[in-house]
Amino acid sequence: MKIHEYQGKEVLREYGVPTPRGFPAFSVDEAVAAAKKLGGKVWVVKAQIHAGGRGKGGGVKVAKSLEEVRQLSSKILGMQLVTHQTGPAGQKVRRLLIEEGADIKKELYAGMVVDRGAQKVVLMASSEGGMDIEEVAAKTPEKIHKLFIDPAQGLGDVDADEIAAAIGIPDRSRAQGRALFRALYKCFDATDASLAEINPLILTGDGRVVALDAKFNFDDNALFRHPEIVALRDLDEEDPAEVEASRHELNYIQLDGDIGCLVNGAGLAMATMDIIKFYGGSPANFLDVGGGATTEKVTEAFKIMLRNRSLKAILVNIFGGIMLCDVIADGLVKASKAVSLKVPLVVRLEGNRVEEGKKILADSGLPIISARNMADAAQKAVAAAKAKK
Amino acid sequence: MSILVDKNTRVMTQGITGKTGQFHTRAGRDYANGRNCYVAGVNPRKAGEDFEGIPVYGSVKDAKKATGATVSVIYVPPPFAAAAIDEAVDADLDLVICITEGIPVRDMIRTKYRMQGRRTLLVGPNCPGVITPDEIKIGIMPGHIHRKGPVGVVSRSGTLTYEAVGQLMEVGLGQSSCVGIGGDPVNGLKHVDVLRMFNDDPQTEAVIMVGEIGGSDEEIAARWAKDHMKKPIVGFIAGVTAPPGKRMGHAGAIVSGGKGTAQEKLAVMEECGINVTRNPAEMGRTLKSILR
Repeated sequence: MKIHEYQGKEVLREYGVPTPRGFPAFSVDEAVAAAKKLGGKVWVVKAQIHAGGRGKGGGVKVAKSLEEVRQLSSKILGMQLVTHQTGPAGQKVRRLLIEEGADIKKELYAGMVVDRGAQKVVLMASSEGGMDIEEVAAKTPEKIHKLFIDPAQGLGDVDADEIAAAIGIPDRSRAQGRALFRALYKCFDATDASLAEINPLILTGDGRVVALDAKFNFDDNALFRHPEIVALRDLDEEDPAEVEASRHELNYIQLDGDIGCLVNGAGLAMATMDIIKFYGGSPANFLDVGGGATTEKVTEAFKIMLRNRSLKAILVNIFGGIMLCDVIADGLVKASKAVSLKVPLVVRLEGNRVEEGKKILADSGLPIISARNMADAAQKAVAAAKAKK
Repeated sequence: MSILVDKNTRVMTQGITGKTGQFHTRAGRDYANGRNCYVAGVNPRKAGEDFEGIPVYGSVKDAKKATGATVSVIYVPPPFAAAAIDEAVDADLDLVICITEGIPVRDMIRTKYRMQGRRTLLVGPNCPGVITPDEIKIGIMPGHIHRKGPVGVVSRSGTLTYEAVGQLMEVGLGQSSCVGIGGDPVNGLKHVDVLRMFNDDPQTEAVIMVGEIGGSDEEIAARWAKDHMKKPIVGFIAGVTAPPGKRMGHAGAIVSGGKGTAQEKLAVMEECGINVTRNPAEMGRTLKSILR
């Protein structure tokens, strides 16, 4: 689960990571009020969307008067902000962060993720802040310093100091750098984060080390023990179809093709998308109905897929395993009737009582195309989608 | 022969009193030699009771001591599952198979750390389990689709493993053992560990290795296989069409920072001499074609 920058900074502050002062604003008036409350002469107006690259897209601006805060806020609030992470349609800006201006002497980078190879949390830090860290990693990998954190010991002073020195935090700010890295790890660990990124981390003119940005991602599996994090969820930032699917315990991801897929199991669901592409088609979604393809779940899954206007065919690929094929077939027929399915439906069932299942589909009077196996199903779905064009 | 488990394995179920634990313990007991294999269950609050004749003990240690079980299978709910693995490791079991899906990554990092230097092997979590056909089934896979034979199967995905097994059966090939290593980013045995075991197993003549996007375990396994594997491998990677940055159902199935793509994995596997198929419907036939 992702959160906004202003929320991320609140989380960081709780664990003692210094950030600039700032307030969220949901309207232009709130933005101006926030600037007044902050005082000073320079403010930063920052669009709050979950995608990165906001600055380049025109979502981050410096204001030097309250009038300018008003102008910039009314321009940014409500705009479709397009960044390299939003896709061409962009994301509507509904929230702003109004922050005091910072005296930036040097821009650094600090990030934490779970390293799958080491099976530990890794702290990554670099003297090259403010730019795309993937680019730094590709062009100048020697400028990224990594530290794998011992889960029993946590991040110690010596290691934190070494990292601080390595990325050019001067001696007189060393204690601050150390405290920041230690607080960042404490925060990461305590909140079950899967990603925490501060880019840039800045060194100010008066030698302070401050988090100028905050990007967080949290482990969905751990949200059950973090109601305080769940409370920060912003459904406006998520795909409505994916949100609806998660309500029904379906795992759905919208893609840009025209053949809907309904599959049990994540691996088989991916393979089904792949085989559609292999036979010249294009998958409209990833959809894992999990172990129990019940009538209710299939009905909801159909409804969600049918919201997609480009949908031209649906491929159902179920490897029955423990579920019986006739039960699944019965569910498919009921679900098709419930949503009055208009697009061609190709069904591949495998497992126990497959013949009984196929008979139920054939006798249903619905235009269901039965397939022998996965390849047959994909070819038939691709043909059906092409015929519909 | 087989790997990890066979008809002489003695198993305990951690989480035997839950619905899932009961359902799959029953299915395991009813499969092949299961009646002799499933000897114990564990629940700290229900020691002294039994599940359909299988005695329940208060701890893994007690269950091991009383029955000689050296393998456990875990169906404990996610908030408590990592602690269940810890308990099995502390009891020095040979093998723990954790089926539970949804364990927090932080818990697994700590559990893996605790496992360093210990003898216990871990399969999973978030996996279908391990089956040695016609001998023993530990996990949630449908037993009836398998037959004993020469092909080893290792996979991060449950239903895709069943798909591979189904295709093998269509071309008349049984399996030595099928191991689902699970879809989580921090887990126990990796592809390379299971390949090593298949390499040393006299019954296994060839291997199907099924991977998916995310991480670099498949590449590591492929590079190892290039230098050490004496048996042919057929490989498939799910997720060629998966968009970057999106988690595809499994917690570990994500392309992040341009790393862990299917294309990259397939390329390395091909380079290392693995018989890669890009069509998931061709795993069985590809294997048949290379088997001497």
